[in-house]
Amino acid sequence: MSLLTQSLWVLLLGSLLGLELIGKVPPTLHTPLMSGANAISGITVLASLTLIQQAGDNTALLVIGALSLGFALYNVIGGFLVTDRMLAMFRRKGDSR
Amino acid sequence: MTFSMDAFAAAIDLAAVLLLALGIKGLSKVSSARGANALAALAMGLAVVGLLIEIRPDPIAWLWIAAGSAAGGLAGLATARRVPMTAMPETVALFNGCGGMASLLVAMGVALFDTGEADIVALVSIAVSVFVGAITFSGSIVAMAKLQGWLDTPGWTQSRLRHGVNISLAVLCLVSAVLLPGDPSGLPLWLLMGGSTLLGIGVTLPIGGADMPVVISLLNSYSGVAAAAAGFVVGSQLLIVAGAMVGAAGLILTQVMCTAMNRSLVSVLFGGALGASAGAVGGGGSEAGYTRITSCSAEECAMALEQAERVVFVPGYGLAVAQAQHSLRELAKLLEGHGVEVSYAIHPVAGRMPGHMNVLLAEADVPYEQLLEMDLVNPEFPRTDVVIVLGANDVVNPQAKNDPTSPLYGMPVLEVDQARQVFVVKRSLGAGYAGINNALFEMPQTAMVFGDAKAVLNGLLSELRSMGVGKTKVAA
Repeated sequence: MSLLTQSLWVLLLGSLLGLELIGKVPPTLHTPLMSGANAISGITVLASLTLIQQAGDNTALLVIGALSLGFALYNVIGGFLVTDRMLAMFRRKGDSR
Repeated sequence: MTFSMDAFAAAIDLAAVLLLALGIKGLSKVSSARGANALAALAMGLAVVGLLIEIRPDPIAWLWIAAGSAAGGLAGLATARRVPMTAMPETVALFNGCGGMASLLVAMGVALFDTGEADIVALVSIAVSVFVGAITFSGSIVAMAKLQGWLDTPGWTQSRLRHGVNISLAVLCLVSAVLLPGDPSGLPLWLLMGGSTLLGIGVTLPIGGADMPVVISLLNSYSGVAAAAAGFVVGSQLLIVAGAMVGAAGLILTQVMCTAMNRSLVSVLFGGALGASAGAVGGGGSEAGYTRITSCSAEECAMALEQAERVVFVPGYGLAVAQAQHSLRELAKLLEGHGVEVSYAIHPVAGRMPGHMNVLLAEADVPYEQLLEMDLVNPEFPRTDVVIVLGANDVVNPQAKNDPTSPLYGMPVLEVDQARQVFVVKRSLGAGYAGINNALFEMPQTAMVFGDAKAVLNGLLSELRSMGVGKTKVAA
């Protein structure tokens, strides 16, 4: 199987998995779920890292790679932390802080 | 040695995908959500470690990795810590735009400085990645600016001409993408980038602020697609699977948001701003439209509360604006201490995005079981003594049920008109998002308490305290 075919299979199966994962979401969680899913889409960090590695000693490419890594990590770190901040506040009656 | 390290990296990748999937799944249940978020973060960390083991960056690369990580990581940390909960919609939009920017930059970098075999697959992926990345970026930034109030919905964007402009931009993008393989680093690339950026703006700008959450959710799905495309560009299977997963899950989430807001995706994207079109059709919405308004003081309202056995609060956008969640919680506590049964009726779109009001009340320490969803609370209104509507308008408009000519007709609403007594706390008689009058305000059981939500709530608190409520625990 060529790399392309393999990648397309991965794309297909990944999409199907994503469609299945989110079923019935209680309204309470709409906002945190959106922000959590958003953090995960910062997975582009992987591409940024690969780009920096492939850049060799091409400074312009290194700069683009580092910029892209910065943007992606801003999405990831900010997204996960802010989601955690929201979810940490949900508590039942009588739960202690 | 090399083989075992690669096998190790592959095992880490697999574990990362599994944890990521479990994380997304767990995020849709209240009890598991926080752990699931941490799990997804762990998965992301694992994926990064796995990749670093696989590619073994040289010292120069490490330096740039450190620089990029420090800048992005610290900025993310600072934003996440400092941002107020009321500003959540625009924060998610900003984060999302940055994710799109990252995919755009990767694709631009690969296209401009051909780092290896630029075969047709890579070029198609680059085109997709630039296109989706740029739309995600510019669209998210426009969404953020609108939510922040930096941008209005300009009137000219409501004309049908906008569809022509957007279609032209889309055609420009398509042509550039087709021309891209002939000249990977030349004019087509820049045209594609410019065209997609403008298209992102052109599509987002005409959409009204009330529909922004749907747009952000959709753009979030796009940024997953952009990540998957970037995965094809750099040849990373992990990126492809994770991007596809987020893209598809984002699509479902967008559908969930649309259902919650009683809007269809097509009408959100192409229908223009809700307020603008309703204003053009109905023409109502000025203060002069009301004739039978009863207004009352905080004292009268406090007396009604003191007598009540069952009270329901209906918090809305105005409550969030006035930052009055904590005062509301205090009032609820005082009434509970007095033996009153208190709950909160949460409309699916209360706040500024679906589920936002739940977050805001959670911040004020309201237990989430007291927040009743619309379907649960509507049958309860007939046996409710006092309803207090705080800064909500369209979501309590009975015309949505009774008046087929109303632009709101068919929208699910909280049936507060069934309650014995209704107090509406509002700054003025201004119209809501939909720009139409609210029949609730003129009903005989309704009284308006004019003022800022926080000031009114604090007024109620002091009135109740001066009546002696809360000093002695009354066994009702």
